[in-house]
Amino acid sequence: MTIEEIRQTLGAKYIVGEEWGHREVHSACGSDMMSDVLAFMKDQSVLLTGLCNLQVIRTCEMMDIICVVLVRGKQPDEAMIQMAKEKGITILSTGHRMFSACGMLYEKGLRGGPDYK
Amino acid sequence: MNKDSIVLTYDVPGDDFTRAGEASSNLKSYLKQMGIPPEIVRKVAIAMYEGEINMVIHAGGGEIEVVISPEEINMKLTDHGPGIEDIELAMQAGYSTAPDNIRNLGFGAGMGLPNMKKYTDELKIDSTVGLGTTVTMKVKIQ
Ligand SMILES: Nc1ncnc2c1ncn2[C@@H]1O[C@H](COP(=O)(O)OP(=O)(O)O)[C@@H](O)[C@H]1O
Ligand SMILES: [Mg+2]
Repeated sequence: MTIEEIRQTLGAKYIVGEEWGHREVHSACGSDMMSDVLAFMKDQSVLLTGLCNLQVIRTCEMMDIICVVLVRGKQPDEAMIQMAKEKGITILSTGHRMFSACGMLYEKGLRGGPDYK
Repeated sequence: MNKDSIVLTYDVPGDDFTRAGEASSNLKSYLKQMGIPPEIVRKVAIAMYEGEINMVIHAGGGEIEVVISPEEINMKLTDHGPGIEDIELAMQAGYSTAPDNIRNLGFGAGMGLPNMKKYTDELKIDSTVGLGTTVTMKVKIQ
């Protein structure tokens, strides 16, 4: 699934990185706790989160996550936008809550990583 | 130490959560530029980032020394914080003493040390209550 397809599925808005909309995403992870995200290692993922601070972008950077979806209509501040641009990470914002947003993407065939061991 | 080793050092400020991760970010770019395989770079970056966050949220900052040799990457994180009383307990998944304000920032799930163990080939913790903590981690390149 591409970032653009994720955007359409969630009725989301691009905050950063519309030009990277063609990038392919192979798996997804949804959490507000960054260590949960850091426990999951998969290539070319998207992160869905209700957390909205710089450490979200840092976490994506460390994990090579290429797209963040901010749920519940969260809006990033200027520092977060700037860092995402620098690191080449797309930020989307959707009004949907976490459960619904994850469900909509799952329905379209997107899957999570392996279970935590 | 091997003559082909590269040493990088970082100061981690303890009073600014927004800057936590700068050292890990810098190291990650450096390793990528060196042409280290992406899987290895990612493991090092995640382990160091969790360690760096711990230094900021639990210990008021500290110093990090990274030694990169052709065979392995060694990270040494030193702080002068409160120390860890029971290391075995601290290593358990889900154990955390982080306050709620830290949890609201996305950390404090008690998964940091388990993640550091998961992504490295060796993890050692040396800690003295009241004096501080030294965490050393090794990731093999081959
Ligand atoms: N550098 C440190 N100095 C003091 N205590 C630490 C340090 N690192 C970890 N700890 C202790 O170990 C616990 C577990 O750490 P960790 O697994 O990273 O979880 P978290 O950071 O989410 O609390 C912490 O809550 C804290 O009590
Ligand atoms: Mg931690």
